[in-house]
Amino acid sequence: MPRPGFVLDVDRSTPPVLFHHGEQLRLEKLPPGRSRIIYPAEPLAALDHPDAAIADALANPLGDSEPLAALLRPGMKLTIAFDDISLPLPPMRRPDIRQRVIEQVLDLAAAAGVDDVMLIAALALHRRMTEDELRHAVGDRVYDAFAPHGLLINHDAEDPDNLMEIGTTEQGEVVEINRRAAESDLIVYVNINLVAMDGGWKSTATGLSSYKSLRHHHNVETMEHSRSFMDQHNSELHRSNWRMGKVLRDSGIKIFQIETTMNNDVFGTSGPMAVLQKREWEWTARDRLAVGAMKRGLDVMSPRARRQVFHSWRAPHAMTSVQAGEVEAVHKVTTDNVYAQHLVPVSGQTDILTMGLPYIGPYNVNSVMNPILVMCLGLGYFFNLYKGQPLVRPGGVVIMSHPTPWDFHPVHHPSYIDFFEQVLADTTDPREIEKRYEKQFAEDEWYRHLYRTSHAYHGVHPFYMWYWGAHALSHLGRVIIVGGDRAAVDRLGFTAASTLRDALEMASDTVGPHATITHLHNPPILMADVT
Amino acid sequence: MKALVYKRKPVRFAAAIAAGRLAPGAGAGVGPLSHDDIDPPELPGPDWVRLAPRLAGICGSDLATIDGQSSRWFEPVVSFPFVPGHEVVADVVGDDNPDGTPLRVVLEPVLGCATRAITPVCAPCAAGDLGNCTNITFGAIAPGLQSGFCCDTGGGWSAQMVAHRSQLHPVPNTMDDHAAVMVEPTACAVHAALAAGIEPGATVVVQGAGTLGLLCIAAVRRFTDAGKVIAVAKHPVQRDWARDLGADMVVAPDEVARAVRRATGTMAIGDGHITRLAGGADAVLDCVGSSDSLTTALSVVRPRGQITVVGMAGATRLDLTGLWQREIRMVGAYAYGTETLTDGTSARTFDLAFDLVTAADLGRLVSATYPLANYRDAIAHAAAAGSRGAVKVAFDLRRPADRTPVARSTPTSASADTPDATQPGAH
Repeated sequence: MPRPGFVLDVDRSTPPVLFHHGEQLRLEKLPPGRSRIIYPAEPLAALDHPDAAIADALANPLGDSEPLAALLRPGMKLTIAFDDISLPLPPMRRPDIRQRVIEQVLDLAAAAGVDDVMLIAALALHRRMTEDELRHAVGDRVYDAFAPHGLLINHDAEDPDNLMEIGTTEQGEVVEINRRAAESDLIVYVNINLVAMDGGWKSTATGLSSYKSLRHHHNVETMEHSRSFMDQHNSELHRSNWRMGKVLRDSGIKIFQIETTMNNDVFGTSGPMAVLQKREWEWTARDRLAVGAMKRGLDVMSPRARRQVFHSWRAPHAMTSVQAGEVEAVHKVTTDNVYAQHLVPVSGQTDILTMGLPYIGPYNVNSVMNPILVMCLGLGYFFNLYKGQPLVRPGGVVIMSHPTPWDFHPVHHPSYIDFFEQVLADTTDPREIEKRYEKQFAEDEWYRHLYRTSHAYHGVHPFYMWYWGAHALSHLGRVIIVGGDRAAVDRLGFTAASTLRDALEMASDTVGPHATITHLHNPPILMADVT
Repeated sequence: MKALVYKRKPVRFAAAIAAGRLAPGAGAGVGPLSHDDIDPPELPGPDWVRLAPRLAGICGSDLATIDGQSSRWFEPVVSFPFVPGHEVVADVVGDDNPDGTPLRVVLEPVLGCATRAITPVCAPCAAGDLGNCTNITFGAIAPGLQSGFCCDTGGGWSAQMVAHRSQLHPVPNTMDDHAAVMVEPTACAVHAALAAGIEPGATVVVQGAGTLGLLCIAAVRRFTDAGKVIAVAKHPVQRDWARDLGADMVVAPDEVARAVRRATGTMAIGDGHITRLAGGADAVLDCVGSSDSLTTALSVVRPRGQITVVGMAGATRLDLTGLWQREIRMVGAYAYGTETLTDGTSARTFDLAFDLVTAADLGRLVSATYPLANYRDAIAHAAAAGSRGAVKVAFDLRRPADRTPVARSTPTSASADTPDATQPGAH
């Protein structure tokens, strides 16, 4: 029976705590008597027979949906959309969940005599997936059967000929999605629901949409009123997507939603990374040696070598549930299953929230975590991993640990470089940024060209990363990055500190000398249920 | 009199080259430049006067000479030994104002036909374009493209030099010495800005934010109808000055291609990493003159755009494919003469420079002054001006006995003359 997540009060006997630090590690001693550590739950049990579970879900859908087999017929147009490279994190070992699900959907389609099938990576404004990445997601068999014929494609949110405006919500939000999907008799959407934000109407309304549609919920106003966006019922992001979902449903577009959840087994229970998943006071002498050796080894490696080591890691995380059918009915069960893995009850807020940012986030898979993505991972994702109220009090301090190098992947993140060099040099205020710069970047022809023909995130994407942190920016009194490149951290509008001790000293200027400290021991992922 | 003298000494010249490569300005310690007692120069003719320099600036060309980095192109157009110093504000010896104060002048150092007693004057001199004089190695005085490079005239880095009356521009009483010593380099910048082919609304890139680059920004803003001006600056103080003097965007050298792309909305060639722009800036003023800066200029200027080489480019390795393939114009800009303004009227470059120095309060750019005796410190400071937060460094010859360097301004500080400020060590 896996142990649930819990909160540890730090005392003098508490050993140094592991902080992820990008592609490095740090061991930090937290001040006793005023610090606590939130640990994630241990990995939930994997499904014993995932393929059987998938088949069962397809045959026994939730909500008012018929079984998938009953929805398939000869002559129909079927589109299978699936989550892109941003999920799961880290990428999982083969076979990927998407492959397992898609193969069964295709088997059913073949059995029903469906010939017109198209597979679409629902990447919205993310970068196009490479062949290797697509093969990893859907498997070689599916790739070889579809891709050579142009039937396995990346969604193109800038292709005017292949977008279709479906309608407008009662709040005036334009709903525009992939034309092929919209004109299909059935969309089967295959999700990997890594966190509670994923899935639901967000899958189709966001993953297959365009800037024209996305801008209605990917904006500062929405993000500041999504508290948090991991909590659907308190998330304006979700309310907007659900309104769009209603437009999709009312237009007659039929969607068969498949959602899957996975456990927290990020680093495995054996092997070189396993110790990163253990609680520090349970480390054996061998574990301590392993961490020490790993830390020293990483410290002496070149950044490129370190990046290669980490990004080649394929996580053993396994499927814990699969449900299919009508979007909202499916998503309700999925969310419960995600929460079962992630939620940790926490009593009260803290003055200082510390977090060790790992090497990977949704937008730097096989890429560089540039300073904007550091901000987004810390203040967008980690800060928002809460239900109820933020872990840190209003006016409190977030201390993140990450080297934050002034480094960008020019192919993946070209507009990020300009955002960093031009926009953040001018202002870090999300509303100012949105007002003065978003349109220029969103409509830039060069970014558009690179998004469509290369492997670049859309020109507007760095803006969304910044908006993702807007709630935290308006909530916090100060942000400090331990070990961060000073020039890059300064450009972000934050403060760099050499050590955690220095950072805590700096934080005391904002929250006083006896401030309470909470450390978010993530990864593996946890979500605080703060009462 | 005391003077800094540059002599033809091959061994020391070689030492200067080596030292200058190790540390810019280090050639002053080991090279042909020395602090000597010499006789004042003779008056070459009846229209010549003696000048007692008050401030004399240290120019990039002086630094290149001291470090042995100047092109050999100059060898036939200078004469040894010479006293450097061509950015000069001076008192005319024996030529007082009606109120008894010395007549202050700024020197226009180009040694054209008039100074050489050549008649008839060459066509460029006749047109007022002294910088293009074809007789700078001929006539009544020794070869020398400017005062400060001619053995007969002396130069500003001394207690006394000589100048032809045609070289003198009286300084208004309202203009202090720091402003006046900026007139000559400003004239170079004005000439460059007006030679750069800048059409109304043009996007202009100014590469380099040393003295000349900053003055070019100011000149482009005052005398052209440029649209966006993008300055390329390395150091924080340079960035502040560039904005202060009119740049719309200030970027680091490795950011310029992206900045120009954003400003012009052009496509770029390269898969996210920009190799070169498809379109680009209308005009580039290259105030650096290096292989890197010229390569950058070629990659960011639009087809049929113009690169104006203002910095002292010498022997340089450069891929010129883009020059012909994109029909880019690359032109030089040197010195001054007579300019045609955007409204079609003509004016002497020095008159425009006086106007710009006053309008933009350019005396603020004099960051430090040194007595002649501390020339090694002065030259080291000037050679590392950007990284040391300085712009223009000058010699102060008003009270040579006890002159010490004086820390000067930032972009927000007011111009003030501090001829006798004594702050030892305050650079």
